Amino acid sequence: MQTLTNKALAVQRQPMTFWERLYLINIIKGMMITFSHMFKKQPTIRYPEQKREFSPVFRGLHVLNRDEEGRERCTACGLCAVACPAEAITMEAAERMEGEENIYREEKYAAKYEINMLRCIFCGLCEEACPKDAIYLSETFAPANYTRKGFIYDKNDLLIPNPLTNANDYAKAKGVQA
Amino acid sequence: MTLLSFDWALIIEKLILIVIIVLTTLLITLYTTFGERKVAAILQDRPGPNRAGPFGLLQPLADGLKLIMKEEIIPTSASKWLFILGPGLAMTASLMTSAVIPWGTDVHLFGRTIALQVADVNIGILYIFAVVSMGVYGIMIGGWASNNKFSLMSALRAASQAISYEIAMGLALIALLMTTGSLSLKTIVADQAAGHWWNVVYQPLGFIIFFICAMAECNRTPFDLPEAENELNFGYHQEYSSMKLGFYLFAEYVNMIMSSAIMASMYFGGYDLPFFDETTVAPNIAAMIGVGTLLIKIVLFVFLFMWIRWTIPRFRYDQLMNLGWKTMIPLALFNMLLTGALILAKL
Amino acid sequence: MSIIQILFFALSAFAIISAVMVLISKNPIHSVLWLILVFFAISGHYILLNAQFLAIVNIIVYAGAIMVLFLFVIMLINVKKDSEPQKQFLVKLLGVVAGGSFLTLLVALVKQTGQLQGRTLLMKDGVIGLIHPLGKALFNEYVVPFEISSVLFLSAMVGAVIIGKK
Repeated sequence: MQTLTNKALAVQRQPMTFWERLYLINIIKGMMITFSHMFKKQPTIRYPEQKREFSPVFRGLHVLNRDEEGRERCTACGLCAVACPAEAITMEAAERMEGEENIYREEKYAAKYEINMLRCIFCGLCEEACPKDAIYLSETFAPANYTRKGFIYDKNDLLIPNPLTNANDYAKAKGVQA
Repeated sequence: MTLLSFDWALIIEKLILIVIIVLTTLLITLYTTFGERKVAAILQDRPGPNRAGPFGLLQPLADGLKLIMKEEIIPTSASKWLFILGPGLAMTASLMTSAVIPWGTDVHLFGRTIALQVADVNIGILYIFAVVSMGVYGIMIGGWASNNKFSLMSALRAASQAISYEIAMGLALIALLMTTGSLSLKTIVADQAAGHWWNVVYQPLGFIIFFICAMAECNRTPFDLPEAENELNFGYHQEYSSMKLGFYLFAEYVNMIMSSAIMASMYFGGYDLPFFDETTVAPNIAAMIGVGTLLIKIVLFVFLFMWIRWTIPRFRYDQLMNLGWKTMIPLALFNMLLTGALILAKL
Repeated sequence: MSIIQILFFALSAFAIISAVMVLISKNPIHSVLWLILVFFAISGHYILLNAQFLAIVNIIVYAGAIMVLFLFVIMLINVKKDSEPQKQFLVKLLGVVAGGSFLTLLVALVKQTGQLQGRTLLMKDGVIGLIHPLGKALFNEYVVPFEISSVLFLSAMVGAVIIGKK
């Protein structure tokens, strides 16, 4: 039979020799291997003190974006909810009132916007579906919680800080990648 | 029979010695559990427990506290007295071995000569043997009293394993006794300390057999068949919780330390520090050096136990029995005959 | 009363109580465990006779090995109280006869204590139970019976292996 790769090894069926049957040599060999691991570098990252760097394409917790003037970009079109394969996103739309132009960019906005982080699979399809560039996935992940309810993130949890009034937090939330 | 006559000073002296030895053993055991986890971690490129206290040094205390605080569950269908007796017996049997181990040379305190050995019986090795064979009862009683099929099966496994390997262990010891000519551990160690080679030089095969059997007696990997999770759920202590479970787990570590101490005493010179003349320093200091040396030897052996545990996978049960009956016992018999022949040839 | 006498009576009481418990325990496992305690008490007696070797060997062989096998078998066959078969009248009668004969034997022995008194071993002074005198005695005076008994053991072992192979 022709082999697909050159990695295949034929199984040895011949009986073991005396030294092999003693096992002692192979045991000592194995013990030397484990002993050598004592001096190897540990790949462990001690989590709360050290944090692993995320890759630039990491898809983490969602953020609802604002424009340069600090207005919410989301218009509650529902395309993200449609695109979501896990059906994690729900929203309720509302009409912008007089005098709210500096809060919402368009005439329609999301009064309620919830993402269930237990359902979300962090695929990033919402980010791709959004025509207004309002939602994107950041480089953090959902922290542990005691209740299921705590994993349903509402608008307050998702919205990015205002770049005009709270520039520091905004920059932090944007991260290096933006 | 001096123990029975009322020499109160001697009784008090021995009591203090017993308390010290038991407490030190328990303390070392506590830290052996920590050491086990650390060694396992380091051999697997992990840091191991490092949260409780500096370098995780308080971890064993936290573990012990957790075990004590846990809810104690006695199954309703269990035999209550035996259920409680089991772990106690396991712990007692493993601690009792320490009575005949000579921890050092004599100490001179308050005008008395104090031997650092609880009981210098002239049948020390047989005593160890008897105590080891008692240790099986702790496991068997616990396993049976739990009224659980898995516990019972693993208790039977533990017992048959212990009995099988005890034979090879005894035969290996007989060869050693032929060279030393004494059953008293004190004499054996003193002979080795008095300028002779260590016994391992005369009995290399015997030592290997003894070491393997000791591993089997302690139920350590690769011989931890009584605790084989994949076929027996958890082993003989399946129904146990809280400190009773802790006793079983501790007993394993105490056994490990005791068998290390026995091996160090019988084959590796006990408290004898090589290339060092104890007569050049004061006797008390020499005794302290001896205790330290023995402790270092014990730690090295314990490390060897752990190192093997984290390298070699578990045997299958038929392999275990084959090794015990078809390899170890014939080898031990051969070793015994060879030793006898050599002794005769020398004479 | 000397300390040795106190120990002797305590051990004897312990041994007798344990032995009675072996008989009256309903559960066979409990019986085995009480029997182990009896062996310990007997070992204590050996130590009082300064026969340390015999004491330890008694524990290793009887308490450590044989009783473990007993326990093994009883645990595996799992005797239930209700599955115990009803004894027949003849069996009971035979039991009474056997027990009665043994009792008469014991009574006869106790009656002879006067003659035996001079021959008992001295407490704590005997040396025959120590390992050196015992070894010397076994391999000098009693070497033929010793070897014969070892041949007996060998044949028993071979027989066991043959039965086991079937």
